[in-house]
Amino acid sequence: MKLPPLDYICPATLTEAIAALAAHGGNAKVIAGGQSLIPMLAFRLAAPSVLVDIGRLPDLKSISISAEGIDIGALVTWRDIERDARLAQAHPLLAAAVAHVAHYQVRNRGTVGGSLAHADPAAEMPGIAVTCDAMLTIVGSNGTRIVRADEFITGGLSTVLEADEILISIRLPLWKKARRWAFEEFARRRGDFALAGVAAFYDTDAQGLAYNAHIGVIGVADRPMRLPGVEAILDGRRIDAAVILQAAAVARDAIDPADDIHAEAAYRCDLLGVLLERALARAADISLSEAA
Amino acid sequence: MTPVRSVRLTVNGTQTTVTVEPRTTLADALRNELRLTGTHLGCEHGVCGACTVIVDGAAVRGCLMLAVQAEGREITTVEGLGSAAHLGALQLAFRKHHALQCGFCTAGILTTAHALLTDEPHADEDRIREVISGNLCRCTGYLPIIAAIMEARIAYSDLQCEAAQ
Ligand SMILES: Cc1cc2nc3c(=O)[nH]c(=O)nc-3n(C[C@H](O)[C@H](O)[C@H](O)COP(=O)(O)OP(=O)(O)OC[C@H]3O[C@@H](n4cnc5c(N)ncnc54)[C@H](O)[C@@H]3O)c2cc1C
Ligand code: FES
Ligand code: FES
Repeated sequence: MKLPPLDYICPATLTEAIAALAAHGGNAKVIAGGQSLIPMLAFRLAAPSVLVDIGRLPDLKSISISAEGIDIGALVTWRDIERDARLAQAHPLLAAAVAHVAHYQVRNRGTVGGSLAHADPAAEMPGIAVTCDAMLTIVGSNGTRIVRADEFITGGLSTVLEADEILISIRLPLWKKARRWAFEEFARRRGDFALAGVAAFYDTDAQGLAYNAHIGVIGVADRPMRLPGVEAILDGRRIDAAVILQAAAVARDAIDPADDIHAEAAYRCDLLGVLLERALARAADISLSEAA
Repeated sequence: MTPVRSVRLTVNGTQTTVTVEPRTTLADALRNELRLTGTHLGCEHGVCGACTVIVDGAAVRGCLMLAVQAEGREITTVEGLGSAAHLGALQLAFRKHHALQCGFCTAGILTTAHALLTDEPHADEDRIREVISGNLCRCTGYLPIIAAIMEARIAYSDLQCEAAQ
């Protein structure tokens, strides 16, 4: 459908953008890449009277890597991440997950900040943010606050963002070099939203035992989440076929997805188990079919 | 109705101004204001790719960008890729390989492939398939489209050699 009538403001500074949002109360909405918001407008799922375009704000487009962590500006696009040669080393899990986001044309405009603020339960970036304990920096009329990713997302398509707040950047903790990791998802067509996905990593000690396991899942609940029950099984163990099968069984039971038009709940539970098996086998560099 | 705006942009090399409501998408502005009807609209919510145009060198969905967001940008539409008398390399390859039937998806696929090959003239078949996965074609079964894009690569690599010299 054609878009509903609305007004449009394109501020030159962050301060102006926040003032514009505050002046319109809940009737204004930020537009970044527009790759989720414009479809929402077309479907009449969102009906703001004003769009505040943050696309031309300076300083929100950089990816910087320091001793503090990896800082990604809200306006960084999927294509920017794909093209940043440092990230394959600096955060391979992020690079692998973002490779699954959307199609070529959408990747040229869709942004990291927009994806986090949109908070689609199956989206990769919020999944990585929650899995990796990312911190999000938000600026509004009342100043700046920093929120942990799992506290930022409060449910399907909902976050703690107030009407006059803008997410300006996300910080991922530095990635350890020898870390074991994998990202696995299943979508019916390349670039479509995943029916389910798993982001997994753990570190290994001198004896080869896993610690610091982080297992995050997307597409199986109203928001991305970690599975502490699965992480507890992995920590302190050598990741072999038996541990992986045990972890997958716990994962299947740990989630309670709803039936929807894309898949039934039972299918999603099974799918998640399979994806976790694949992810852990890949992370541990073992072949499950041989080991089983 | 919200008040109309003037937006200055360059389309296929020509500077122009369109007067649109803020809700007007770039695809609608190109079609309705500039009568460049080669850009098609299928779904109007970002899934089919028929509306693909090139903005500052990057292929984008014309239905997912507002015309007002194109202020100062350079746009290339399918009309910019060649004319009936002088078809571009991709267009010639599409004709040779029968890479279109009804033609509804064709403008979006040509613009997508043009952006891809301009950037990555050596894109392999897997990369081409990945990129074209964002464009729906109900007629061809895609194989002739892939064959045509693969063949057109040579013209784009030659362009890159010339540019380097
Ligand atoms: C066909 C198609 C397939 C897709 N497939 C996938 C996929 O597989 N995986 C995936 O993750 N995504 C997918 N997407 C969505 C895409 O990644 C979007 O780009 C992303 O979700 C939103 O980013 P955006 O910059 O376009 O945000 P916008 O659409 O501009 O905004 C989205 C929402 O976030 C708010 N917002 C945006 N930026 C900020 C900010 N900095 N601060 C506060 N609020 C903000 C807006 O107000 C709006 O509510 C797909 C989209 C399409 C059209
Ligand atoms: S009309 Fe734009 S993607 Fe379908
Ligand atoms: S040629 Fe008919 S949709 Fe592609």
